[in-house]
Amino acid sequence: MNNIELISVTKDYGRTKAVDNIDFGVAPGECLALVGHNGAGKSTLIKMVLGLTRPTKGRVTVMGHDPMATSFNRVRKTIGFLPEQVLFQNNMTGRETLDFYARLKGASVDGLDDLFCRVDLLSSADDRIATYSKGMRQRLGLAQALIGSPELLILDEPTSGLDPASRQNVYGIINDMKSAGTTILISSHALTELDSRIDRVAVLSRGKLVALGTIAELRQNIGLPSEIKIQAPAESLKILTRHFGGKCLINGAARFSCPAGGKIAILKELMDLNIPLADIEMNDPSLEQVFLALTHKERQADE
Amino acid sequence: MNRLWTLVCKEARDGFRNRWVIMITLVMTALALILSFLGSAPTGTTSVSPLAVTVVSLSSLSIFFIPLIALLLAYDGVVGEAERGTLTLLLTHPVSRPEVILGKFIGHLFLLTIAIMVGYGVAGLTIALTGEAGFADQEWDSFRRLLLSSVLLAAVFLSLGYVISAWVSERGTAAAMAIGIWLLFVLLYDMGLLALLASDSGNGINGELVKWLMLINPTDSYRMFNLTSSSDTALLSGMAGLSADHRASDASLVLIMLSWVIMPLAAAIAIFKRRQL
Repeated sequence: MNNIELISVTKDYGRTKAVDNIDFGVAPGECLALVGHNGAGKSTLIKMVLGLTRPTKGRVTVMGHDPMATSFNRVRKTIGFLPEQVLFQNNMTGRETLDFYARLKGASVDGLDDLFCRVDLLSSADDRIATYSKGMRQRLGLAQALIGSPELLILDEPTSGLDPASRQNVYGIINDMKSAGTTILISSHALTELDSRIDRVAVLSRGKLVALGTIAELRQNIGLPSEIKIQAPAESLKILTRHFGGKCLINGAARFSCPAGGKIAILKELMDLNIPLADIEMNDPSLEQVFLALTHKERQADE
Repeated sequence: MNRLWTLVCKEARDGFRNRWVIMITLVMTALALILSFLGSAPTGTTSVSPLAVTVVSLSSLSIFFIPLIALLLAYDGVVGEAERGTLTLLLTHPVSRPEVILGKFIGHLFLLTIAIMVGYGVAGLTIALTGEAGFADQEWDSFRRLLLSSVLLAAVFLSLGYVISAWVSERGTAAAMAIGIWLLFVLLYDMGLLALLASDSGNGINGELVKWLMLINPTDSYRMFNLTSSSDTALLSGMAGLSADHRASDASLVLIMLSWVIMPLAAAIAIFKRRQL
């Protein structure tokens, strides 16, 4: 049974449909990324999963329970949540903050040092949050989400506004949780960095689910070309451009696009030419590009 | 129960951490001392207990001051956390919405109780110790009533503050409404009642009705409860002329104030339960 199950879920705020008839599930141990523009409905969706707002239509089930039911409090102990933007109280220390949330969750407060260690905050655990940098606050938020080793982790924009080093730290923790078998629902803008970590992507646009699948599937469905870049002596470049139809040339390299699924054919053709080549580079479209293409398509369909 | 206790402790700790309790206690002590000494100066060697004078002065101070600080503490409770983003996080934990409101209420009431007990306690003890009358002969009973009813008054305005806080979506609006509530209960209500009496030529309005109209306001109940608490306080506050049937029993006064605690608190919980996050 899926850890999260959404069946024709719709949420209206007045006249606007924040979430429009969405179906999908997140299997145990799966890491699903929720991507979309600001206002695409990601946060609303997360709120419904957490039982903070009731869907206008449809049904949400989390760990087999209705999140709006009073009995859901038992399930909440097994859910870790990092809100998109949280300003912890400045006059409390990091340890007091985690202690508070651990007690609410009924989790042990002995393991807090361990959590601080994991997010690299142990040395500042007893400092006031007022002295924390933005990255430290975000990592504290993440530590808060990890209290009590949750079975389901929901992260809303976990890396927004972080420097690359802190991001890597956050991704490392997500990886660890994933290997430990935690189900993860993550919403993010920083798509390129997520590529290797997620099992499936759900792309939202204006409240609608426009695509759902693995990154490879999405790439193929959308038919985005890969890019091939070849460095070679001038002689070979001439042959290359003639053969592949005069593509873009920049400082001693030829660059051309290759249709989805046609990489091997092109490589074979290249080898058959039997000309001296210096280097070859192949770039698949990033999740970012796939996402842009998907939402662009949706918008065009709308208009 | 454990979770409620955790919430209560957090509110109480916040109050100490941001020096709110210290500040309010100091202000209350200072005001109480000033009022007590000013108030006790003209009594000279009358038969009135200096502590009775203090009770009368302090209850007048309380009517203005306690609702104000209670509202200041409460109006931010829900809406402030909503703006900081901690409310969403809090509610994803295994706590119910009534627990959140009750936790804040108990924690805040604890803070206000400290401020009242210490502030008025210091003033009362000083007056009693410096006075000529014996320590045990003072109007301790009236003083005890003052302390307890002041805590009750604080609870009333905390509850009203949460109603505002659970209802509105912005802190600024909540602050403005808190001031409005304060003006209404502390000033405007009585002025309106006075205007009603003045416009009446003296025979149209039922005295009993006016009395209950007045007492329905918790601040007036509080006033009545303290100013008629003994013959001394009644004499000092000009309430001595009140015939017995114009007074209200202690039980009904306490009941009025208690219902002003319970009903708004229940309303705040009901509103908070329906609040969209």
